[in-house]
Amino acid sequence: MSKANGVKRVALIASKGTLDMAYPPLILASTAISMDWEAGIFFTFYGLDIIKKAKLEHLKVPSLANPAMPVPVPNIIGALPGMTAMATMMMKSWIKKAHVATLPDLLDVCREGGARLIGCQMTMDLMGVKKEELVDGIEVGGAATFLEYASEADVSLFI
Amino acid sequence: MDEPSQTDKVLDAKGLLCPIPVIKARKAIREIALGQVLRVEATDKGAVKDFEAWARQTGNELIGWTENGGVYLFYIRKAKE
Repeated sequence: MSKANGVKRVALIASKGTLDMAYPPLILASTAISMDWEAGIFFTFYGLDIIKKAKLEHLKVPSLANPAMPVPVPNIIGALPGMTAMATMMMKSWIKKAHVATLPDLLDVCREGGARLIGCQMTMDLMGVKKEELVDGIEVGGAATFLEYASEADVSLFI
Repeated sequence: MDEPSQTDKVLDAKGLLCPIPVIKARKAIREIALGQVLRVEATDKGAVKDFEAWARQTGNELIGWTENGGVYLFYIRKAKE
């Protein structure tokens, strides 16, 4: 249901902690902000890694069970030590070459645009993550917090 | 399209990919006054559809666009504060 004031809203759930899966929620939220929409992201389970200071710039691309790898790698090879690092290095070099925005840059756009960035309290308790370990500008909350926000959203996606 | 007689601000977004051109456009349009024209230069092949959508969503007027050698020029009149 759209909000009474006519401002559109997108509510996203970021549930994955790999480099490739960190991009879609941040791209959609920052684009929404560029269109004068409101945006919110609920970072839950491994998606919490996207907003961890120690992880944000070190997210990885999985080489295992990833049939979309540019050079198709059989799982038995993808499971070898060093393959994840290699897949990650390749993706990062493309990102740089194509001048794709970095994750910290997109996160900055979200923050500056007033996006609600909600870290999942339950995940933090489950995995022993403290608020100090998260990047600045994060609010900590649970499913009810997100659902209330999402109940007034025009677009809501689980990623 | 007929190019507007006056461009008040130019945004160079050449070489940048989605979603950076629209993010920069938001910043740039905030720096001009109502009725003034922003020209965005972009090479992202998705930019035409994206700027059409962006203009509709932000309430600004996409006067038109041209393409020359892979460089798109978008003329956007600020129509909303």
